[in-house]
Amino acid sequence: MAAIRFVNVSRTFPGAERPAVDNCSLEVADGTFVVLLGPSGCGKTTLLKMVNRLYEPTSGQIELDGVDIRSLPTTTLRRQIGYVIQQVGLFPHMTVAQNIAVVPQLVGWTRERIAARVDELLTLVELPPAEYCARYPAQLSGGQQQRVGLARALAAEPKLMLMDEPFGAIDAITRTALQDEMIRIQRKLRKTILFVTHDVEEALRLADKIVIMQRGRIVQYDTPFHILTRPANQFISTLVGADDMVRQLSLLPVTAAMAALPAGYRRNGEPTVGKDDDLRQALSLLLRSGAPALIVLDGEAAVGTLTLENIRSKTSA
Amino acid sequence: MNYLLANPEIVWELLQRHMYMVGVAVGLGLLIALPLGLLVNRFRWLAVPVLGTLGALYTIPSLALIILLLPIFGLNATSVIVALVIYVQIILVRNVVAGLQAINPAILEAARGMGMNGWQRWWRVQLPLALPIVLAGVRIAAVVAIGIAAIGAKFGAGGLGTLLFDGIAQNRFDKIAAGSLVLAGLALLLSLALLGLERLFDPQARVARAARTQPVACSETPEPTF
Repeated sequence: MAAIRFVNVSRTFPGAERPAVDNCSLEVADGTFVVLLGPSGCGKTTLLKMVNRLYEPTSGQIELDGVDIRSLPTTTLRRQIGYVIQQVGLFPHMTVAQNIAVVPQLVGWTRERIAARVDELLTLVELPPAEYCARYPAQLSGGQQQRVGLARALAAEPKLMLMDEPFGAIDAITRTALQDEMIRIQRKLRKTILFVTHDVEEALRLADKIVIMQRGRIVQYDTPFHILTRPANQFISTLVGADDMVRQLSLLPVTAAMAALPAGYRRNGEPTVGKDDDLRQALSLLLRSGAPALIVLDGEAAVGTLTLENIRSKTSA
Repeated sequence: MNYLLANPEIVWELLQRHMYMVGVAVGLGLLIALPLGLLVNRFRWLAVPVLGTLGALYTIPSLALIILLLPIFGLNATSVIVALVIYVQIILVRNVVAGLQAINPAILEAARGMGMNGWQRWWRVQLPLALPIVLAGVRIAAVVAIGIAAIGAKFGAGGLGTLLFDGIAQNRFDKIAAGSLVLAGLALLLSLALLGLERLFDPQARVARAARTQPVACSETPEPTF
């Protein structure tokens, strides 16, 4: 069963001439990271905020695990959904620990359980608890604040996370670090995540599947690789830069193009890549090192070899 | 000064009476101003009629307002206290609204999105964040009320004004001096005490205090102050 199901959902704001969200239907499978991508005003944030009922649909229905979200009181619904926003919105009069404790307190966890959870989450987002838990938000950098924002949203173990451009106001270097963090955390926790962004690179890096929106409508819902290789129309092709081959390579693992090792192969100081690296990194290494071939490693063991020719055959395919 | 030293128990009694009137008036005033301020904050169109009316009431001379209230509440402290409640409204409501509007909307969106109900948002987020500005209003209101309450002595309300009016009637400068001195002292002390409270609840001051002290273990601080 789909974790979230949008059924013909529309939302028209009072006084607007066209709907912000126009008859959208979408199913999000349990444990997938879905990115809503599109230009400003395409309706992606509106669609997101209808899930925790900050906005109500004008028509249509949204189901969470098969249950119409309108059948629950809004506060009960929201406490089951992690919510992260661009401006973070930490409570400035509460410490980091108190901020993270908010939803667990609302749902009535014991003091001990909350304290343990706060420690666990701060460790997860790599802010050592002993150092950070008694600090106030104003004592943290922007990136650290959003880490706390993420920990706070995860606090009461929600199955679903809604993230509204969470890294949009953060400098490029910190943003990349937070994206890496997000990927690591998602590998570990397997939450169902709806993530709004207008940053194409971010969408391609993070998403299991991408929803592309234009003027309130869903124009394509597919994996990052398919969005790049088979864009549904010219708008999407331009938006995601589909003709950018290097961008495509960044979405393919090394294993997609590697060839078998020659029989009786012996390591001879060739440059190496990990088998989880992507082809863009491999290409970069090939060009930089000038070596004819790379060796693909799984841990310490060589599992394959990769040449420029192998990579080229993948892009022309 | 002599009068003050010679009759400390009389002055003390009048001072208590005075503080009682001011305390009840500001307390009642706050009980009305908090919900009223919340209402004005929620429904912005109320700002002009509500603040306008309260502002107009503030311009009525205190003597006239108390006299207007006498037929309703009688020649006693009640009339004076009601007048004080009316006077402090504009100060309190304006500061409650200012305090609420100074809160970053993203904080309130986060509070809503996390599943706080209206009461929890008010008690745990809005009130603590608006508190420094609300307390500034309480401080000004208290000082204003101390001054106006002195006039209440003319209407049988007692308080430190008694010394002033008696002093004028009896041509006793020592009574006037004692009354003025204690009134000024009261206003000054109360003002300082409330200023201290404002500092205590100011988020920035709180951060500065936290920066000075050593971090404590998480398990000791999970309960929010509000």
